[in-house]
Amino acid sequence: MTKAITVSGLHKSFGRTHALDGLDLDVETGEVHGFLGPNGAGKSTTIRVLLGLLRADSGAARLLGKDPWHQAVELHRRLAYVPGDVELWPNLTGGEAIDLLSRLRGELDKARRDELIERFDLDPTKKGRAYSKGNRQKVAIVAALASDAELLLLDEPTAGLDPLMEVAFQDVIKEAKAAGKTVLLSSHILAQVEKLCDRVSIIRLGKTVQSGTLSELRHLTRTTIEAETERPATGLDGLPGVHDVQTLDGADRVRFAVDGAQLDGAVRKLTDFGIRSLVSHPPTLEELMLRHYGDELAANGHGDAPGNGHSTTSGADGTDGTDGADR
Amino acid sequence: MSGTATPTAKAPASTGAATGAGALAGVRTLIRFNLRRDRIRLPVWIVALLLGTITTANSLSDLYPTADQRASAAETLDSPAGLALNGPRHYLDDYNLGSMLSHQMLGFMGVLVALMSVLIITRHTRGEEETGRAELVRSTVVGRHAHLAAAFAVAVLANVALALLLAFGLTSMDIDGIDTGGSLLYGAAHAAIGLTFAAVAAVTAQITEHTRAASGMALAVIGAAYVLRASGDAGGDGAVLSWLSPIGWVQRTYPYVDNRWWPLALCLGLAVGAAALAFVLSTRRDVGAGLRAARLGSPVASHALTRPLGFALRLHRGVLIGFGTGLFLMGGMYGAVLGDAEDLLQDIDQFQEALEEIGGASIVESFASMIMVVLSIAAAVYVVMAALRPRSEETAGRAEPLLATGLSRDRWVGSHLAVALAGGTVVLLLAGLGFGLAGAAATSDGGLVLQLTGAALAYAPALWVTVGVAVALFGWFPKASTAAWVVPVYAFVVGYLGELLRFPDWMNNLSPYGHVPQLPAADMTWTPMVILTAVAAGLIWLGLAGFRRRDLETK
Repeated sequence: MTKAITVSGLHKSFGRTHALDGLDLDVETGEVHGFLGPNGAGKSTTIRVLLGLLRADSGAARLLGKDPWHQAVELHRRLAYVPGDVELWPNLTGGEAIDLLSRLRGELDKARRDELIERFDLDPTKKGRAYSKGNRQKVAIVAALASDAELLLLDEPTAGLDPLMEVAFQDVIKEAKAAGKTVLLSSHILAQVEKLCDRVSIIRLGKTVQSGTLSELRHLTRTTIEAETERPATGLDGLPGVHDVQTLDGADRVRFAVDGAQLDGAVRKLTDFGIRSLVSHPPTLEELMLRHYGDELAANGHGDAPGNGHSTTSGADGTDGTDGADR
Repeated sequence: MSGTATPTAKAPASTGAATGAGALAGVRTLIRFNLRRDRIRLPVWIVALLLGTITTANSLSDLYPTADQRASAAETLDSPAGLALNGPRHYLDDYNLGSMLSHQMLGFMGVLVALMSVLIITRHTRGEEETGRAELVRSTVVGRHAHLAAAFAVAVLANVALALLLAFGLTSMDIDGIDTGGSLLYGAAHAAIGLTFAAVAAVTAQITEHTRAASGMALAVIGAAYVLRASGDAGGDGAVLSWLSPIGWVQRTYPYVDNRWWPLALCLGLAVGAAALAFVLSTRRDVGAGLRAARLGSPVASHALTRPLGFALRLHRGVLIGFGTGLFLMGGMYGAVLGDAEDLLQDIDQFQEALEEIGGASIVESFASMIMVVLSIAAAVYVVMAALRPRSEETAGRAEPLLATGLSRDRWVGSHLAVALAGGTVVLLLAGLGFGLAGAAATSDGGLVLQLTGAALAYAPALWVTVGVAVALFGWFPKASTAAWVVPVYAFVVGYLGELLRFPDWMNNLSPYGHVPQLPAADMTWTPMVILTAVAAGLIWLGLAGFRRRDLETK
């Protein structure tokens, strides 16, 4: 597979703020890549560097094999962008803005445009100011998808959409993927990322902290196991990678969290006591995120492990709350 | 669920609040908030206006110490051009330092004070609504009229502060002819003109949804008031037109000459009437909306709109049409006076001789070349607005989606520049044409149409340099882009006060407008035109190169 986007060691600062601090990102051609991070992590800055709107201080970035700064216009004909904060011209209608943006990119597929307007339930005759945030977002989404771009850069594209439109959005992204397009989707909506994305990159403070498929990432974190055994299970505490062992219902039931790599050993040990039932909860994306931002939560007084999200914070968040694990 | 219970429970509290402070609830907080936001802007305006006046008074007393010198100055100003530029003729009867200051500065400063007041009002009313901030504030315990009332309060404070400082400052200078009574009236005249146009802006801010348009409409009223008084004063003592203009009213208080206060009552009457209208209009519309409901538009874009140039033209259309019409009318107004000017001066042989000595130009020609300076500076205002449009698109976040398409940065800025360059030239052409057509009708000299249109067009290269300055700033110092306004303001000050205050030549040469041949009084010279055009091209190239290599500013 070829790479649609390769970024390595990207640095960008605005005055004294380091927005990007050695960011790496690889997006394969034809995949939907989730781009996750808290506010201010550098997601929008990265996308703007990829668009040639901002010039990186150092580091390498290639987009479809070209340089995003020097070959910006050439690249823009092959990609489409949905900004996170869509601003429209007050005296232009939404329909006019869609036509303008898609024709400036290349040829406009009128049938496709009308179909998308229908699917997103957009009134194209209203003037820019009359649209709500969600409707402005729809204008940008329709404009981006109406053209036949091979790469879509979407910066929190559904932040203002209602749940019905969210579904419509997921459908068109699945279609785009089926048509072989590459999508970089920055998002806060984890359910959306879990549904759509082949791989995700998690960034924080301008650095990539984790990148891979969801199952790869899950492997790196803990699974919660709840088991009912014939005899009370003992000695689990001593196993490597097992945490927070709790005995429930008069010692017949046991609950613990185990690191992905040690799952095999833990389950094997359980069989010694005769398993009657076994429930395992794989970590949710929330837990993955919380694990990486754990120290921020701790600093805000929500966690108890300053600077070390791995050992305590994620354990507490991932295993104690049954409502968290049942989702 | 609890939807029915909650309002009932809260009703007594909200009624209580409403009767307590009513439509003006929260106005005091808003006034403090507005003053805090303007804590730099307003003092800069007020100090600049004050220093401008004091420096001028000082220079006048240095340059024209004796009555003889002042009398000869009065003689040269007793021409249609001199009167149109300064003020009514009555001042000239007793040209002491006080009446000199008042004659020369009141009309000019009146425009600036009006501008300050208009910007205060539109910024704190329509500007807040357009950005959506007013909605947030109005959702708190803030009355229906609080925003407008708070904006007015700030305008009143600024104008009264300026009036007091002017009165105090001028009195304390201890210049012969500038007495306390006159200085008080002189200051009060500034406040009266400021409040009148603050009220006008309050009305225009209700009409349109856009801050830019609201300010533009109010500026057009200022322009009309200035042109009315200029045309009236140029005609001599009768001056019916001047009595239609608030600027004409305050000039007719004759500070330091007659010290009559009653024309200020006209200003106050107009201000109160317009303000009342604004408050009534504001109750007839929704927050954020104009008086006219937003209409639906075309669901698809025309082919022209999707070309960069067609798109830029669409964005500039309103302002371009406004300025084109405005300058055509302004030129026409001055042109209509040309006939009077000739009649008035036919009798004064002495003046005729003086003029012929200067350069063999006729009265009409010397008047016309003076008016050209005024018209070209008005066109420069358009050009700066147009050339700064890319910057406002950029900061509003609307450049970002466009520049993420196949549109290059050069073509995007280029399309706006093309409109600014060509549009500025068209505006100039229309001003000259209006001047020429009306002038030809007034003097029955058909040749004036071509002559005056051509004379106006001679200023085109200077306009292009102005565009170039704006683009160069946009490319290299985007945050300082608004500094481009210095060009027309400087040209205005030098063109207006340069001769009177005997500015050195280099100060005139610093302005692109100082290099334009003074058609039709002087002969056409091509060298400065070519040089100005080359400078404009160089600055534009520089600006584009700067923009190509800088970050786009994003929200």
